[in-house]
Amino acid sequence: MKGKVIKYEQDNIDTDVILPGPYLKLHEHAELAEHAMEGMDPDFHSKVKEANIIVTGKNFGCGSSREHAPIALSASGIEAILALSFARIFYRNSVDGAYLLPIEIDEKTYSAISEKDELEIDTNTNVIKNITKNQTYSMKPFPDLIGKIIEAGGLFKYKP
Amino acid sequence: MNITEKILARASGKDMLEPGDVIFANVDKIMLHDVSGPGVIKTFEKLEKDGVVKVDKLFDPSMVWVAEDHFVPSVDKISAENIVQLSKFTKKFGITKHFKYGLGQYGICHTLSHEEGLVSPGELYIGGDSHTNTTGALGAFACGLGHTDVAYVLLNGNLWFKVPETLYFKINGKLPEHVMAKDLILKIIGDITTEGGAGHAMQFGGNGISDMSVESRLTLTNMTTEAGAKNGIIEPDQKVFDYLSERGVTEYDAVYDDDDAQYKKTYEYDVTELEPLVAKPFSPQNVSVVQETTGIELDKSYIGSCTGAKYEDLEAVAKILKGKKVKIRTEILPAAISIYKKATENGLTQIFIDAGAVVGPPTCGACCGAHMGVLAKDEVCVSTTNRNFPGRMGHVESKTYLTSPLVAAASAVTGKLTDPRDL
Repeated sequence: MKGKVIKYEQDNIDTDVILPGPYLKLHEHAELAEHAMEGMDPDFHSKVKEANIIVTGKNFGCGSSREHAPIALSASGIEAILALSFARIFYRNSVDGAYLLPIEIDEKTYSAISEKDELEIDTNTNVIKNITKNQTYSMKPFPDLIGKIIEAGGLFKYKP
Repeated sequence: MNITEKILARASGKDMLEPGDVIFANVDKIMLHDVSGPGVIKTFEKLEKDGVVKVDKLFDPSMVWVAEDHFVPSVDKISAENIVQLSKFTKKFGITKHFKYGLGQYGICHTLSHEEGLVSPGELYIGGDSHTNTTGALGAFACGLGHTDVAYVLLNGNLWFKVPETLYFKINGKLPEHVMAKDLILKIIGDITTEGGAGHAMQFGGNGISDMSVESRLTLTNMTTEAGAKNGIIEPDQKVFDYLSERGVTEYDAVYDDDDAQYKKTYEYDVTELEPLVAKPFSPQNVSVVQETTGIELDKSYIGSCTGAKYEDLEAVAKILKGKKVKIRTEILPAAISIYKKATENGLTQIFIDAGAVVGPPTCGACCGAHMGVLAKDEVCVSTTNRNFPGRMGHVESKTYLTSPLVAAASAVTGKLTDPRDL
């Protein structure tokens, strides 16, 4: 996949700011998209018109287990999140529900990528190419089962 | 193996497991509520429409129980419709354990799990809510998940798990008067941070735990979620067995650490000198002693949630509020009808109302910013709940200070953040 970056240079972005509590009663994906990142970034919707990758720090998606969070991001157009680390339920939800790719990167890669950079991500070779800066980085490969679930298109399509 | 590894080994039919192993394990109990439930319904609809699965029956409806807690009483037409859909779902699939708002016992899902004895020692329990970790205090592997995973378990009875490494918290000594389990878990989160337990099992033991009531232990495991843990767990003892026996549950296969159980790391806490603590905005790891933050002006005291509205929490609040008046808006929401009933029978409700507080129905309510007392811009709240992220309880520019029920009650009386020892 290929696309441009929205960068949030902070750790511990929680699911309450990704999709605030009052909208937990909503379940239509398009409706949830309207409220994505409402708790922290009022400009998200204009940014996501030109970007489909989020780059961020540690423990992304911590807090509530609400699957609404990856759904809202995915339905807004986000296809991959590159983070120093992920909170476990957000990671599981992203993979098992096949909403977006949660990709772990190292500190060096995190520092190298800037807002609006254009990236090309190859999950077969685990290489991230920064087209804007003409750099390449490596991503942490998906663990065996995670890779298989992603390839199948989500947990329900995966046959153990 | 330790207790977490042994439960997962038994559930996956293995003799031996190590941290990092990825397994498919059989699940014993499943919980969903009025947020994850409609999520499951939506997931099933989509999977059927796409021809991925046919959902004509569940793996075993008797494993499943359903709570109505986040948006009850119904907030608006959408949340009312969610409750209707949930009722149709449980009826269609023969789920009989559906705790309905306004129809006998109901309450916050994690509170019902222990109040009703729905989960037993040694079981593998999953729920569509992050604070499912709570029930690990009964000696179960209890873990929160999103609704796709819950839907998968509903259909297949099993799920993949990565065996976690275990952080062991050895608690020594007796908590001083005016200090509660909430203070201890805030202390731990302040020390290890909100990612310090990420993906790990957090196990508690030691004479400090033996000394604690089951309800206090539940406060500890509840907030392992805030440290990022996969599960919080405590080896069961006679107190747990008695607690369950009072709820008619006497048959189970309790699991304990082997003598050579391994932990990734052991932390030791002597709690005899622990002081009342507070997690300041905007993170549960932003912890300091109340003494250093006294005097912060408050608009509201919120005593509710799966963390801070169990019976003993209400008892602690009543001890402070008895014969006093609150100076700020004070909302007390018992976490289940059974707790509300006991509080009323024992005169606690009267104490609260006499003090000027409002006593409301069990609900997750404002803890998750849903309704029933959400905060306005710039409003400052002391709360017995578990999270204080921006906007968690209302406006993104409101502020929540997380404390024990004793501190929340003492602060209600003075209108400022207050150490109960100073009252």
